[in-house]
Amino acid sequence: MQPANLLPLIGVLIALVFALGYGKSRALAAPLGGIRNLKSLPFYYGARAAIWCGLPALAVLAFWLGFENKIIQTLVIGGLPAELQPDSAGRASLVLSQISNVASGALPPDFVPPGIVAAADRLQGLRADSRLLMTLLVIAVAVLGGFIAWTRIAPYINAREKYEATVQRLLFACAAVAILTTVGIVFSVIFETIRFFGKVPFTEFVFGTSWSPQTAIRADQVGAEGAFGMIPLFVGTLLISAIAMLVAIPVGLLSAIYLAEYASPRARKIIKPLLELLAGVPTVVYGFFAALTVAPFISGLAAAVGLEASSESALAAGLVMGIMIIPFISSLSDDVINAVPQSLRDGSLALGATQSETMIKVIFPAALPGIMGGILLAVSRAIGETMIVVMAAGLAANLTVNPLETVTTVTVQIVTLLVGDQEFDSAKTLAAFALGMMLFIVTLALNVVALRVVRKYREHYD
Amino acid sequence: MNMHMEHPELEYGKTVGNAFSADPKFSLRDVEVYYGDTQAIKGISLDIARNEVISFIGPSGCGKSTFLRCLNRMNDSIDICSVRGRLELDGRDLYDPKQDVVELRARVGMVFQKPNPFPKSIYDNVAYGPRIHGLANRKAELDEMVENSLRKAGLWNEVKDRLDRPATGLSGGQQQRLCIARTIAVSPEVVLMDEPCSALDPIATARIEELISELSENFTIIIVTHSMQQAARVSDRTAYFHLGHLVEVNETNKVFTAPEHSLTESYITGRFG
Repeated sequence: MQPANLLPLIGVLIALVFALGYGKSRALAAPLGGIRNLKSLPFYYGARAAIWCGLPALAVLAFWLGFENKIIQTLVIGGLPAELQPDSAGRASLVLSQISNVASGALPPDFVPPGIVAAADRLQGLRADSRLLMTLLVIAVAVLGGFIAWTRIAPYINAREKYEATVQRLLFACAAVAILTTVGIVFSVIFETIRFFGKVPFTEFVFGTSWSPQTAIRADQVGAEGAFGMIPLFVGTLLISAIAMLVAIPVGLLSAIYLAEYASPRARKIIKPLLELLAGVPTVVYGFFAALTVAPFISGLAAAVGLEASSESALAAGLVMGIMIIPFISSLSDDVINAVPQSLRDGSLALGATQSETMIKVIFPAALPGIMGGILLAVSRAIGETMIVVMAAGLAANLTVNPLETVTTVTVQIVTLLVGDQEFDSAKTLAAFALGMMLFIVTLALNVVALRVVRKYREHYD
Repeated sequence: MNMHMEHPELEYGKTVGNAFSADPKFSLRDVEVYYGDTQAIKGISLDIARNEVISFIGPSGCGKSTFLRCLNRMNDSIDICSVRGRLELDGRDLYDPKQDVVELRARVGMVFQKPNPFPKSIYDNVAYGPRIHGLANRKAELDEMVENSLRKAGLWNEVKDRLDRPATGLSGGQQQRLCIARTIAVSPEVVLMDEPCSALDPIATARIEELISELSENFTIIIVTHSMQQAARVSDRTAYFHLGHLVEVNETNKVFTAPEHSLTESYITGRFG
């Protein structure tokens, strides 16, 4: 049976066991004088039995699906005749894909040696066996678990406590998924980064002021020795992020203040969702806007006042990115400002302060930690943004702080390094991981600072 | 007794006792307050004399807080709330479109039910009012105002060494006295108090009541309270509100010993409320 069919079956079993457990506990309670004489409510007995039925079965299923392929592949490869035995890992995967192609019918059997055809048959046989075995095992585990739990229902057992403990563990497991993913990402990047630093010295990468990642493919190639200095990229990133924040912080904050303190409830109901809509626009669309509308406008404007501006500029990308970030800041700040207790507003107004004095002197300072947190999160967003920059700021790694020039950012370079056919052990490709690592460290540091700021001032009111 | 039914002994706009004064600070006539379509205050007329302490008592939802908040126009910020009638402070209409609400609130200060110090230092809390009204020209002057206000509120000795510490670190009773200090720092003429002790323990309450007696020398004080003992201890006159009506106003002594209206009597003897 396919896992897709097996899951609903387990669901049915769980529901059945729940109903049986529920029923049994009620039946047990009846001679005792009602469910008040049970340690827990019937729901908890049913739920506990259902957990015993479902969790082990699902665990077995997950485990089986996780290891099934590896084991089958090993068996198939091991069963190949000696002359077809692969001599390297690359060769093995080639043979395996040949076998599975034959098995699925994508490759006619006439094109391959008979040993492969036999292996394909074997593969299919093993797969069928595995599915059958898995189905039987999972159902057996579910039924057995449910049965054991069902037999153990007794009035003196406190099923509620056990149910609650399981729920708590499940919640913990969910939280752990996010953490484990982060750890996994970090590790996958770390190893490639270490390999990169084996090819390019750490100091050259961190302090180098020139970025030109083309490395020679042939030894006699000219002018392609490659330079991996990350400074121009980080300067470009910071320049664009700074421009974006210069747009987003004032506009976002002031619109949040308007929404939270001045707008009538009706205006607020209309404006807030519209502002949040800005956050839903795909960044590619912002990219069009930046590249086709804003960038030419800026270069035209610069030309009109006698400045030289390239058609792709940091300013265009930064401005549009700032617009994109406005809803992050306005929405978060609006929530924070709304969370400031009404009693503080009343206290200030009752002293004869005007609405704007109240805003500036009482509400804004009280909301500042939350607003700072929102701004720092928005900065991380700006640093990580790629699409707008690719389209509007260009690819040239100029070390400049002139916003009218073309610059490039860390994320854009990561993309260009990994796009297209690459050999995966060249310095050029590995540099992408090193850049990713640096970016990760920077945004992580920003997030840590943001959380700290928020936490430090949190107890301030109330 | 069904509190939600219009009581036969309630007559619209009728108040027994001694509601008027020859030289009123506040002169309030036929005041009606509406929340949307609901009428919360039903034609109340009342004078509040200079430098008197008057208590508003009555069951929850009787409109005493709503009425109090008309006196410094704190109801303005509630969109659906509308106030009708003539409300005068020293002969000037409070709700005149030309009346500057900032000036009004500088003259009529307010202390709230729950202490609401700003998340600033103790000093900055008290200095807040003088600063926004530009009352002090120099730092030394402001320092003096802060000290005076804290002294009047009986808080100076407890906080003089930690004026730069956050006000939110004070105890509930200290916070409420700080709020009183903050209010009187602006030198108002009237102080409105909306159940100022309901969030405090008995010791802090006693301290605030003492303070009210001391302040009554310089300020007109209007206090909403749920505690009849408190009304009896601190106020010159007591006003009994019921379902948006002002039922009876009299000298406090008289209200608690010989109430004229049967509803007042029922309330103070604990038959409802």
